[in-house]
Amino acid sequence: MTAAAIVGVAESDLGVTGKSILTLQAQAITRALTDAGLSLSDVDGLATSGVSRFSATQVADYLGIQPAWSDSTFAGGSAYEMYVARAAQAIAAGQASVVVVSFASNQRSAKSRRLGGIVESHTPEAQFETPYGPLYPISYYAMAAQRYLHEYGATPADLAQVAVLAREWALMNPKAYRYGSEPLTVDEVLGSTMVSTPLTSADCCLVTDGGGAVVITSLERARDLRKDPIRILGYGEATTNTSMSQVPLLPTGARESGRRAFAAAGLTPSDVDVIELYDSFTITVLLSLEALGFCAPGEAASFVSSAQARLGGRQPLNTSGGGLSYCHPGQYGVLLLVEAVRQLRGEAGERQVDNPSIALAHGTGGILSTHATVILGVDR
Amino acid sequence: MIEELLPVPDEVTQEWWDATRESRLLLQKCNKCQHVQHYPRAMCVSCGEFDLAWISSSGNGAVDSYTVVHRAPHPDLETPYVIARIRLDDGPTLLSRIVDADEADLSCDARVSLAWQEIPDGYRLPVFRIDHQ
Repeated sequence: MTAAAIVGVAESDLGVTGKSILTLQAQAITRALTDAGLSLSDVDGLATSGVSRFSATQVADYLGIQPAWSDSTFAGGSAYEMYVARAAQAIAAGQASVVVVSFASNQRSAKSRRLGGIVESHTPEAQFETPYGPLYPISYYAMAAQRYLHEYGATPADLAQVAVLAREWALMNPKAYRYGSEPLTVDEVLGSTMVSTPLTSADCCLVTDGGGAVVITSLERARDLRKDPIRILGYGEATTNTSMSQVPLLPTGARESGRRAFAAAGLTPSDVDVIELYDSFTITVLLSLEALGFCAPGEAASFVSSAQARLGGRQPLNTSGGGLSYCHPGQYGVLLLVEAVRQLRGEAGERQVDNPSIALAHGTGGILSTHATVILGVDR
Repeated sequence: MIEELLPVPDEVTQEWWDATRESRLLLQKCNKCQHVQHYPRAMCVSCGEFDLAWISSSGNGAVDSYTVVHRAPHPDLETPYVIARIRLDDGPTLLSRIVDADEADLSCDARVSLAWQEIPDGYRLPVFRIDHQ
């Protein structure tokens, strides 16, 4: 258990914004500070990625601040859960007192997303994998899905249940990209355009603009601020691979990441009241649910299709509508934290879970390359 | 084959790519601990030694997993094609393609054998065919 807490959260504009990355970053950060009752002059730590080679430096320059501590660890969508851990450590070490963790992307407006991903010609993957033409990251998740179906006798309909659930939540979230649309059916997911078998376009997350920020400070200071503190109870991470061939597909690094986070928090999966998992693809949720210990191997699909994962259920899952139906700006990890905090504060409106005490946010980056788990709790 | 997908060998991998011209799939074997690895590296991932020899793969293995790609990352790449992880009997797993397969023949753990695909710069890409017994 750490002595740090999240005191402010916010999203930037989401969807199709027509705005630059730095405008969206500035929106998310200033809104999160307002939520906390703090201002830019209070910020002495900054962690961000996905802006430029010098991401934290770039954002600090844009905001007109000179932080005492910064981090731009690049770990795809899991980086933001890692930043929470490093921020708690920096605060405990006295290196910073108020840390902002942020991300934003305008990938939808800028049309910057490519099916083959970004290839760096000096890497081993560029020589030994890229020549075969895999989609990056989709084909790796597709192979993980195919292996999963093979090992557990599951079907593409089991994957589709994850997208169906995400849509249900999104219909209760006015900020969701799919808000105001129709419920999704398993048949619609299965009948969507095939991208990389067994994954259809409806098994893949959205491509949208968007961003978010969270503000972290010491628990002591947090207790004097505007909102009730949300405590950082534990965290863990795991880094496993960058190529498509070097580690087994199953189980993923979420197993070690989760084990470390639960051990640090002194909690178990059954203590968690609301679960926010990175849903880059439908398969990601099944793999992570099992690896984190929420259900046994092969049983995630029945968890997802049950009442347990829904509003009023025992462990509501991906309550914002997720990357599949709410917002996916390329690196979704920061928005998992935003939703977890809102649920713990009781600010989630129509989709509010009944009085949760403990939330788990789990980020995944790259091709199941990096995993980071954060366990949050109310301060009672 | 698309220009930007072509490999650019380095001082460690040049010999590996040169062997593909003779349809030999090389793997690295550690002279100290005997570990066999692929992709080629400067050091052994098992013991850290920089003392590695080349051996030829038997070319036999099994499909660890696969995916049929229907939307290509480049407009010039013809779909569908099959990307697969192949577990070589020699030990290492590599990313490759399965060629000349009907989708009905594809399955995880199916046995495969090495085949070769020409690429424009004279190198060849190791690919695999499903074994039909």
